[in-house]
Amino acid sequence: MSQLDFEKPILELEAKIAELHHVSGDSAVNIADEITRMQTKASRLLQQAYSKLTPAQKVQIARHQQRPHFCDYISALIEDFTPLAGDRNFAEDHALIGGLGRFQGQSCIIMGQEKGHDTQSRIKHNFGMARPEGYRKAQRLMKMASQFQLPIITLVDTAGAYPGMGAEERGQSEAIAKSIETCLRTDVPIITVIIGEGGSGGAIAIAVADRIYMLEHSIYSVISPEGCASILWRSGDYAKDAATALKLTAQDLKQLKLIDGIIPEPTGGAHRYQEETIHNVERTIQKAMKDLMPWDKEKLLKSRREKFLAFGRNI
Amino acid sequence: MNWLTDIIRPRIRSIVGDQKEVPDNLWHKCPSCEGMLFHRDLQDNMNVCTHCGHHLRITVKERLAIMFDDGRYETIDLPKVAYDPLKFKDRKKYSDRLKDSQNKTGLKDAMTIAKGTIGGQNVVIAAFNFSFMGGSMGAGVGEAIVRAAKEAVKTKSAFITIPASGGARMQEGMLSLVQMPRSIIAVEMVKEEGLPYIVLLTDPTTGGVSASFAMLGDIHLAEPGSTIGFAGRRVIEETVRETLPDDFQTAEYLQEHGIVDVVVKRADLRETLGRMLNLLMDPQGDSAGGTKKKGSNAKVNGKAAPAKTSSGGKNKSPAAKATKQIQAAQSAAKSAKKNKKKSAKKPAAKKVAKA
Ligand SMILES: [Zn+2]
Repeated sequence: MSQLDFEKPILELEAKIAELHHVSGDSAVNIADEITRMQTKASRLLQQAYSKLTPAQKVQIARHQQRPHFCDYISALIEDFTPLAGDRNFAEDHALIGGLGRFQGQSCIIMGQEKGHDTQSRIKHNFGMARPEGYRKAQRLMKMASQFQLPIITLVDTAGAYPGMGAEERGQSEAIAKSIETCLRTDVPIITVIIGEGGSGGAIAIAVADRIYMLEHSIYSVISPEGCASILWRSGDYAKDAATALKLTAQDLKQLKLIDGIIPEPTGGAHRYQEETIHNVERTIQKAMKDLMPWDKEKLLKSRREKFLAFGRNI
Repeated sequence: MNWLTDIIRPRIRSIVGDQKEVPDNLWHKCPSCEGMLFHRDLQDNMNVCTHCGHHLRITVKERLAIMFDDGRYETIDLPKVAYDPLKFKDRKKYSDRLKDSQNKTGLKDAMTIAKGTIGGQNVVIAAFNFSFMGGSMGAGVGEAIVRAAKEAVKTKSAFITIPASGGARMQEGMLSLVQMPRSIIAVEMVKEEGLPYIVLLTDPTTGGVSASFAMLGDIHLAEPGSTIGFAGRRVIEETVRETLPDDFQTAEYLQEHGIVDVVVKRADLRETLGRMLNLLMDPQGDSAGGTKKKGSNAKVNGKAAPAKTSSGGKNKSPAAKATKQIQAAQSAAKSAKKNKKKSAKKPAAKKVAKA
């Protein structure tokens, strides 16, 4: 999955360019020209591909392994990050990471799902699929944020909550429900960014926020297109149709007034331009925090509730 | 045919019975013990198998009739919502599926809001209709839960939700997912007023419905044998690649794992709820519908509160009522003993907290 099928011609071109760069030291006058020509072509192709991405292609991009993950945002944006572990009842859940840290000098609680970047870390983080303990840790951290009046940033990137026997036995449903309830009861600003995949209940459990943003090529959906296709079309082969029908892109959801804004990704996507993307996210969070910090507790709780009650009524 | 169903039907029905239902001479096979069940017997026994006690699915109308005092309640219209905002189409248009379900069930959406009394206490119930698109929760259902909660607040009633749902209605995309927080906001409104919020988990309660308002009750009741869980059994089996225990995700299993307070037989439902509501809403035991009692409490069912509401359901046959009351009295006596034991531990602390 580290390669996107629709990017294949571009990737081939990029590989050639890299190769030419490699040999250009040796000789040949024309190589520099050739590189420039190919680079122009590559960026034109990229422009073309990214100007008309289908929802199914966006699903692929949103799941791209080189896309910046939770930990990349932490190391780029958060000073003094201090991870806090455990739900105080059963276990630490590495799929949902959270802790204290400073965002532009402001102490806050940051949490989100981490999918992992290689086989070993993916297993450690359970591919970003949290168990009840993850959502109970999230509740604990939200309560702590309220106690110390620290704003909360949540970065969402998950295929969904983990479907396992233990997770069910320990109350996956209850943990998610309580996490949403805790979001609604937490009297400090909550800012959410869907950075990759916003998968169903496991995503919204930490996304009931005052400001909800999505990266340009992220997705947010009630069910995976594959799952939807297998139920409604009776075949996973229709995942592309389901991706379109579900209206899961940032652009669709902005139109449905379910999110506050779309954070741009450079042409070619976050997986190509990690730094720029993270910087765009930073600027958006910064602005949201500036807006929300003066709000008092009552205003925060009341308007968060009203915001969610307005969903569906305002379209 | 809708006006007929809604207005004329209840009266006709009390004379000739529900036309939609199968003829009286029909036999059913119990899905659990495979025993043969005479249709009328099954109906008289609240759709509970007379051989093995298996609880078969029951319509919302029948359920409400066995829950409210004297089977009397009033329904509240569902609020209007934007249907099919996504213009969703799979092999079939969502708008057509909706229409089909509406025609088939005579309902606007998978939810019925009803109010009345149970054990003499005011109650608003939001009940899912599983026969309407698998009880899936979209904007119509979410908005109905909000409406029902507001009614509970307005009339100072206890709020009871009865999920019977496969989860979110995916044809409404993210608009269905946001019903999770929206339904929780509804429940918050009720809780803030100090009113009881009780969930009766029925078969099935899964997905986004189980992971929202359905898991946040002050008390969780469940019907015997109901399937309750977040992820579907098949999904889990595919993920963990091992077979799950037979009773996995059943009401009884959930009770063992601390998620359900009481598994209640249908026959005991009204009595159990009435007792709980009175304990919560009438702590001194002196309200109009007061049912403070020791030992026998068969009276709770009979003619407890003066029913002010118009008739919505139908009464059960006298025979069924009698059995029900005997069962109710037995189980009440049992639990009364249990309660005594518990409350004997630290009664003082409770009183102080109340004062
Ligand atoms: Zn049976």
